[in-house]
Order: sequence, then C-alpha cells, then structure tokens
Amino acid sequence: MQYSGFKVIKEALTGHKGWKPAWRDPDPKPHYDIVIIGGGGHGLATAHYLASVFDRHKVAVIEKGWIGGGNVGRNTTIIRSNYLLDGNEPFYEFSLKLWEGLEQDLNYNAMVSQRGIMNLIHSDAQRDAFIRRGNAMILNGADAEYLDLAQIKKEYPFLNFDDARFPIKGGLAQRRGGTVRHDAVAWGYARAADRRGVDIIQNCEVTGFRIENGNCLGVETSRGFIGAGRVGCAVAGNSSRLMAKAGMRLPIESHVLQAFVSEGLKPVLPGVITFGAGHFYVSQSDKGGLVFGGDIDGYNSYAQRGNLPVVEDVCEGGMAIMPMIGRARLLRMWGGIMDMSMDGSPIIDRTHVDGLYFNGGWCYGGFKATPASGYAFAHLLARDEPHATATAYRFDRFRTGHMIDEKGMGNQPNLH
Amino acid sequence: MIIHHPLLGPRDSAEFVYLGAAALMDRPDPETASADDWHDYAYLRDNPAGPHRELWFHEGGDRSILIVTRDTTTHEITDVALARPAGAQI
Repeated sequence: MQYSGFKVIKEALTGHKGWKPAWRDPDPKPHYDIVIIGGGGHGLATAHYLASVFDRHKVAVIEKGWIGGGNVGRNTTIIRSNYLLDGNEPFYEFSLKLWEGLEQDLNYNAMVSQRGIMNLIHSDAQRDAFIRRGNAMILNGADAEYLDLAQIKKEYPFLNFDDARFPIKGGLAQRRGGTVRHDAVAWGYARAADRRGVDIIQNCEVTGFRIENGNCLGVETSRGFIGAGRVGCAVAGNSSRLMAKAGMRLPIESHVLQAFVSEGLKPVLPGVITFGAGHFYVSQSDKGGLVFGGDIDGYNSYAQRGNLPVVEDVCEGGMAIMPMIGRARLLRMWGGIMDMSMDGSPIIDRTHVDGLYFNGGWCYGGFKATPASGYAFAHLLARDEPHATATAYRFDRFRTGHMIDEKGMGNQPNLH
Repeated sequence: MIIHHPLLGPRDSAEFVYLGAAALMDRPDPETASADDWHDYAYLRDNPAGPHRELWFHEGGDRSILIVTRDTTTHEITDVALARPAGAQI
C-alpha cells in the first residue's frame, strides 16, 4: 500500500475502511540469511538497508516485545551532526544526510523537521572550543554557524541574558539539525523493510545463541530455533545481557536517562536549544509540549525509571537559561536504558564468534544515528567489512588505544 | 534513593558519587598482569541486570567509600558496607 495525498482523500470519503496493517505478522521460518536481534530503530533500519541497498531479502528482525517499544520511542527526537572527532563526525553527517532523504526513501511521513539546533556558549574558552568544533564539522561537509550575542538576542529573545554566573556569550548553530517524529521512524523503517520481504517477528525473545566450533548457526528463541547465516545484535540498553549469552563481556554499562514533556504551549521555541554550562536540551513538539532532558542518573540501571535529584537538576538547567518555562507544568517523564560505553562512542563490529555481529554502545546519542547505524550495520552484515564512515567503531579500540572520546572523560561511562 | 550509611544512617544518594562496580577494587597485580589483564580490568564490565555490588563515594559527607548491593532492575538496596572497615589503618 503506497501512501499518497490521493489515497488519504479517497479513504476520507469512504470511511477509512481501506487501510491495511502496515506490516505483516509472520511466523518465523526455520532459516534466514541474516537475523537481526532487536526491533528498535537501529535493527529495523538495518533490515531496511539490507533489503533496499544490499539486495538481501531473506532477513528477519526478531523482537522480544513490540517494535519501537524501547529507546526509539523514549528519546528527545533530536537529529544533528555536530561532533568534533574524525571517528564520529563523518558518520553522523552521513546520518543527517540520510535523514534528509528518509521520508522519500520510506514513503512515510516521519515529520523530519530541520528547525535547527543551537548550542549556547557561556565563556571565552567555550567559544574557542565550539568554534573549533564548528570548523571540524565544516571540514567534514556539515554545516555550522557561529552566532554572536547580538544574533542570539535577535533569534532567541526569551533567553536569560542577565545570568551573572553563566552569561550567554554566543552560540554554535547547525541549521540542518532538528527533530523527527521518533515512533514514525520505527514504523516507517518496519513498513519499508516488510514491503521488501523482511520478516518482522514480534513477541519473540532470544534465549541463547547456537554456537558450534566458533560459528554462530542461529538463535534459540521463545518461539524455537531460528537458523541464520549471520546474526546481528542491535539491542542497545540490553547489549551486555544479550552478548553474555555468547560468552562476551562488553565495554559497556547500562544507565538510565530521563526525558520530560511539559503541557502543551503556544509556539515559543524556534528549534533545539542546549545549555552550555549545565546539561539541558529542549525543543518544542508540534503538539506544543516542551520536550527536554539532561544528564543520565549516573548509576547502573535497567529499571527504565530514574530518581528525583536528576529531575531537579534538569529543571534547574532549564530555569537558568529560559526562566519563562518556570510556570509550565511537567506532563510526562520517563526513563530509557542506555548502553554507556567506555569512551562515549558506539561499536559496530564483528565479534570473536564467526557470523555474530554487534551494534551498540550508543550512549544517549543513538536516535540521531539511526539511519547511518542501520546503513553501516547492513554494510557490515552483507559484505563482512565496515562501512567507510564506521571504521573506527571497533571493539579493539580500547585495547589499541584508539578511543573516540568526545568529552575526554576516560573509562568513566557515567560521565560521557 | 536512600543509602543507609553504616556510620551516618540514612543518606540521600545525591550526596554520593557513583564509582562503578565493586569488582574494580580487585586490581590486577602490576608485577604479573599482562596488557590483556589491564584491558579487561579497565574497560570490560559484567553489567548485570539484578543484584550489583558497586562503589558509592560519600563526597558530600564523610568521604568514605561504601560497597552498596543494589538491584539494577528495581533500584532496591539490600546491603551497605564500608569498603574499608572503620578504624582500619591505610
């Protein structure tokens, strides 16, 4: 079923009786060329690109719950490519380019909105660092723009320009950044993959891997054994639990990150704004709610809910830069579980088991990476070699000293 | 979360700094450890879903380091002990 304006009008006139499920609900087959574990954004994107770019159609995505029920439905929906390091920036810029063509590629309205992202600068040293980052972005083909104080006042007049402790000195803007309707990303990828023959198997939990002589032959699941030529794991948040079934210990801790939505307000925020002196990022959804977040709670957790000190800290960050939100009431808050890696950067790599591949360690930057992560993982699964933009995301970088540590925090996952 | 400090009683977890798994106290022997041993110690974690022994540093209090046993699926704390027994010499 192809979506179009004509189809919407036709269905409106005929009582919306012609819509069909957007994807099938197949039973698992005994064997696939490639099985992807994890029906989140990254797993579904991987399946889509395997089928559409790499011509692999005997592919299954298996998901223990329902698709899109994890972090792809729990984030603050921001897309951007404003990284500094060579290992990261080309990858995230590739991702942003894929976002720009996503809706046409999928024939699905994911509400990709390039409303821009602006990182506030609060000190001279931070200005130097941000301008350096902006130059790194431009060198990698992304867009970046330094805004001086007068421009900030013109574009964002509601910010607190009288803060004695953290005065606003300027900002680094990426106009092509923005937000995307996150659930629609999962649904759009699922529908597109399904239409190319990928089996999306929900309510099917992986209980183990069948490994013989160092080869992965498939996965044991709650719905029986499923054979596979290659198995790709994309279950960020639960990576350590899954890979332990293959005898692996990962350079990852699981942490909880909270996100928040206020009651609906009239349009007040033109784009995504981040606070440079604390940790606070905010945008306004099309429904009017302020969508915002801050730091992770900072301790290992699989609980999908956080604690109050971080709620207070995040809200204090918001009040520091835009006191006008102080009277808005908090409507919803929730937690998601992050794969916090030892250098703050992800892993897309082979494992010590032949035929078993890993995608994870996204920390709390996984949503914006969804298209490129899927593309790069599909590349690795189809050709057994990394995509050009993802060559640095190796397991052995910790052994060889090639960490990709944007924040320079070392092996302290709760500080990334 | 409330952490029941063995000496100071119930304290808000916000007074503490989280330092990771208690297994980090078992540092490889520098005389015999290989590069692989150091890699595994510094970068790999068990990261269990369930009971987890972990280090909490009471930075906003008496600056002791506690070993807290906490369930990572519920945040329930079942045991708290001083990492170094009270009165022990350094």
